[in-house]
Amino acid sequence: MTMIPLLATTPISRDLPLPLPLPEGVLIVLLVIFFLVHILFVNLMVGGSVLVTFFEWLGRKDARWDRLAAAIGRTITVNKSLAVVMGIGPLLCINLVYTMQWYSANTLTGHAWLMIVPLVIVAFLLTYLHKYKWEPWSHGGWKSLHQLVGLASTLLLLFIPLIFLANVNLMLFPGEWEKVRGFFSSLSIGNVLPRYLHFIAASLAMTGLFLAGWFGREGYEIESTPGFTRPELRRIFYKVAAYVTLAQFVFGPLLMFTLPAAGITTQLYVIIVSGALVGLLTLWLLFRELKASDERIGRSYVLICVLFSFVVLGMGSGRHVYRQAALAPHQAEIKERTARYAAVLAEFNKNRAAAPPAEQTPEQLFMNCAACHAPNVKLVGPPLTEIAQIYAGNPDGIVAWAKAPGKKRPELPQMPPMIHLGEANLRKIAELMLEKGKAAQ
Amino acid sequence: MDFPSFYMDHLAGGRLIIGLIASLHVLINHPLAVGAYPLLTWMEWWAHKNNRPDIDQLAYKITFIVFIVTTTVGAMTGVGIWLSTSLFAPFAIGSLLRVFFWGWFAEWLVFISEVGLILWWFLTWKKANTPEKKRKHIKIGVALSIMSWLTMALIVAVLGFMMKPGEWNQTRAFWDAMTNPLYAPQLGFRTFIALMMGAVFVWFATFFFTKSKRGYEQGTGPRQLRNWVVYRMSHVVLVSLLGTYLFGTWYWSAIPETMKANSSVALLTQEFMSWHGQFQSLLGWTILVFAFIGLGGLGSSFLIPRWALLIPSLMGIWLLGHFERAREFMRKPWVIGEYMYSNGVHKDELAFLQSEGLLKHATYAKHREVTEENKVECGKDVFMLACSRCHSTTGLNGVIEKFTAMYGADKDWDSGGMALFIQGMHQTRTFMPPFPGNDKEAEALVAFIQQVRATRESLPGAQSTGVVVAPPPAPPAMTASSQP
Repeated sequence: MTMIPLLATTPISRDLPLPLPLPEGVLIVLLVIFFLVHILFVNLMVGGSVLVTFFEWLGRKDARWDRLAAAIGRTITVNKSLAVVMGIGPLLCINLVYTMQWYSANTLTGHAWLMIVPLVIVAFLLTYLHKYKWEPWSHGGWKSLHQLVGLASTLLLLFIPLIFLANVNLMLFPGEWEKVRGFFSSLSIGNVLPRYLHFIAASLAMTGLFLAGWFGREGYEIESTPGFTRPELRRIFYKVAAYVTLAQFVFGPLLMFTLPAAGITTQLYVIIVSGALVGLLTLWLLFRELKASDERIGRSYVLICVLFSFVVLGMGSGRHVYRQAALAPHQAEIKERTARYAAVLAEFNKNRAAAPPAEQTPEQLFMNCAACHAPNVKLVGPPLTEIAQIYAGNPDGIVAWAKAPGKKRPELPQMPPMIHLGEANLRKIAELMLEKGKAAQ
Repeated sequence: MDFPSFYMDHLAGGRLIIGLIASLHVLINHPLAVGAYPLLTWMEWWAHKNNRPDIDQLAYKITFIVFIVTTTVGAMTGVGIWLSTSLFAPFAIGSLLRVFFWGWFAEWLVFISEVGLILWWFLTWKKANTPEKKRKHIKIGVALSIMSWLTMALIVAVLGFMMKPGEWNQTRAFWDAMTNPLYAPQLGFRTFIALMMGAVFVWFATFFFTKSKRGYEQGTGPRQLRNWVVYRMSHVVLVSLLGTYLFGTWYWSAIPETMKANSSVALLTQEFMSWHGQFQSLLGWTILVFAFIGLGGLGSSFLIPRWALLIPSLMGIWLLGHFERAREFMRKPWVIGEYMYSNGVHKDELAFLQSEGLLKHATYAKHREVTEENKVECGKDVFMLACSRCHSTTGLNGVIEKFTAMYGADKDWDSGGMALFIQGMHQTRTFMPPFPGNDKEAEALVAFIQQVRATRESLPGAQSTGVVVAPPPAPPAMTASSQP
C-alpha cells in the first residue's frame, strides 16, 4: 500500500507505552460488530422519533395516525436505552485501537463532547414525557404542547449524533487538527455533512424495515392501532424503507465522492460497490413486496432483513477500511516515535542506574529550604539572619524544629516537616544556614 | 503531553465536572438501583403472597419513578464519568482501559443485563396477570437486584485496583483487586448505605401515592398502606444501619494502614488526617439521624413528617460524597499508583524529562527550548502540560491563590524563590507530583504565573483555541516516504 506523506503540521504523538489487551485484529473485528449493533438501536431511536413526530402531526386531521404514532413511540423508549448501553462496547474498542486519534478529536470538540451527557438526559426525559403524557395531554392546547415535546426530543436526538459524527470524522485527519477551534469549526473538515445525511437516511430506512416487521408480526395487537390492517401497516413501512433506500443511491455516492483522498483504496471501492449491489437486490425485493397482495405481503421479510444486514455489514466494513487506510501513515509514525522515545528513555535510565548516586552538597540540600528562607528578607518563613540569631551555636535546634515544626508566628503559614531529608542532611543544612545567616548580618 | 489539553480555567481545569457527574451517578445508583430494586421486588413478592393488589400497585408506581430516573440521569451520568474523564485525563483512562480491559468488559456485560432486566421488569409488570406470570415476573426483579449489586461490586473492584500501587503493573492481575484490604469494607459499606437510603426513598415516595383519606375508617385506605410501608422500611433502615456502621468503621480503621503501606512517604498528610477525622464524625451523625427516623417510623407513620425524611437522605449524600473523596486522597500524587502521576507523566520518565526538558518531548507546545523572548509562552505550555490537570490560573484551586497564601497578596513575589519552590514542593506537599521539567522550564512557568498575576487573563483550553503542533524535535522525525 502506498502511503501519502503527512503534512508538516500533523501532530505525531507518543502512544501509551502499554500493550493492547487483545490482538489488534480482534479488537477491530469487535469494533465493527459492536458498532453496528449500537448504530442499529441509534437508527431505530432517531428514525422512530422522526416518524412519531410526523405521524402525530398527521394525526391532528385523522386520529388513526395518532394511534400509530403512539404505538411507534412505545418502541423508542426501549431502543434508546439499548442504544446507550450498546454504545459502550464500540467506545471501549475505539479507545483502544485509535487511542491517540480518538481522544484528541474528543478534546478538540470538547465542549460539545461534554454536552452529550446533559443533552441525552434531556432528550430521554422528553421522550418519556412524550410517551407517558400521550393520553393525559390529548386535547386542545395540551395536544400542541405534547407535539412540541415530541418535536424537541426529536430535534435533540437528531443533533446528538452530529457530535459523535464530528469526532469520528475529525479523528481521521490529524493533519487538519491545527485548524480546529471547537466543535462547529470541526464540521468544515472532511465530509461530515454528507455522512450525516447518509446516517439520517439509514435511520429512516432501518426504522421502516423494523416497523414493517414489528407491526406485521403475528403477536401484534392490531386493535391498538384502529383503522389499519396488518398488511396496510406492512405496506406503509415497507414504503418508508424502500423510498429512503432508493434515496441512499444518491446520498451514498455523495458521501463516497466527497471523502478526502487520504483513505481511498481499491479495496474500499470493491467493498462499497458490492454492498451497493446487494442493496440494489434488496431494493428490488422491497418494491416487489410493495406490489404484492395483502395475503402475500411480508413473505420476503426475513430474506430482506438478511440482505439488509449484508449491506450494513458492507458499509460498516467499508467505513473501517477507509479509516484504516486514512490513518495508516499516522499510526506508523506514532509507532516509530513511540519506539524511538522508549529507546532513548531506556538508555537514559540505564545510564542513570549505573551512575553512583551523587551525594548532595550542603548548597544543593539547602535548595529544599531556599524557596521560603532567603538570606535577609522574609519570604514565606523568617530570613536566615533571624534564624542565625535564634539558633546561634545550636544547629541541632534547627534539626529538631525541621523534623517536627510547630507554629510560632501567627502571620506566617506553618512550616511543613522536612523529616524526609534525613537527620544527617538536616544537620548539614542547619550548619550552612547558620553560616549564611551570620554572613548576611 | 500527547493529547491536546482540554481545560476550563475556572473549574480547577475542569476536574470539578468529573466530580459532579460522578457524585450524581453515585447518588442515583446507590439508593435507587442498588437499594430500591430489591426492596421493590420484595414488596411485589409480599403483595403476591398475601394477595394485596394495593401494595403491588404502590410498588409499581414507585418503580416507575426509579425506572425513569435510572434509565436517564442514572445511565447517562455513568457514561458521563467516562466521557468527561476522556477529556480531562485521556492518558489515565487510556492506560486503565488497556490494563483493566477485562474488568471493564465484564462490567459492560453486567450493565447490559441490568438495563435489559429493568426494561423487562418494568414494562411487563402490568402484563403479569396470572399467578404463574407473576411468579416469573418477581424472578426478573430478583435477577435485576442481583445484577445491580454486581455492577457495583465490579466497579468497586475496578476502582480498587487503580488505588493499589506497585502491584498491578507487575502482576497485572484482575483478582488482585479483590484482595485489596479496602475492597470488602468498601463494598459492604456501600451496600448497606444503599439499602438504608433506598428504604428512606421508598418511604418518601410512598407519601406521594397515599395522600387520600379514603377508606381510612374501614382500615383499607391509602393511609393504612402508608403505615404498612413505613413500619417495614423502618426495619430495613435499622438493620442496614447496623451494617453501615460496622462496615463504615472497618473501612475507617483499615484506611490509614493501607495509606501508610501504599504512600510513597511514610507521613500522612494533614489533609488526609482531617478527612479521616471528619469521616468518623460524619458517619456517627448519619447513623444517629437514620436511627432516629427508623425508630420514629416503628412507632407511627405520622410521627415522622415528609420533610424530615430529607434530612437523613441529605446526610447520606454528604457521607457518600465525603467517602468518595477518599479515593482522591488515596491516589495522590498518582493517577495510577506508582506508575503515572496525576499530570500524565510516567514514573520512569520523570528524571529524563527533568534533565532533558518537558517541552522538548511534548507533542503540543509552541517552542522546544526556553529563551528570554519566549519565556512566558513556554511557561504557558508548561503550565498546561504539568499543572492544568488539577490547577486553574486565577480560578478554583488556582496557582495564584496558592502563591498568594504563601507570599502574600500585597507583596512582590520572588521569582527565584518560586522556581525553587516549584521544583521541591513534592517533598513537603506529598500529594503533588514532582515538577517534570528542567530549571529553565521552572523559571518559564514562574514568568507565566507572574504575568497571570499582573494581567489576570484567563487561559483557554484546546477545545476553544485549538492546538499548536510542536516543531519537529531533533533528531528529525522520519518522513513517511522512508517507511516500507
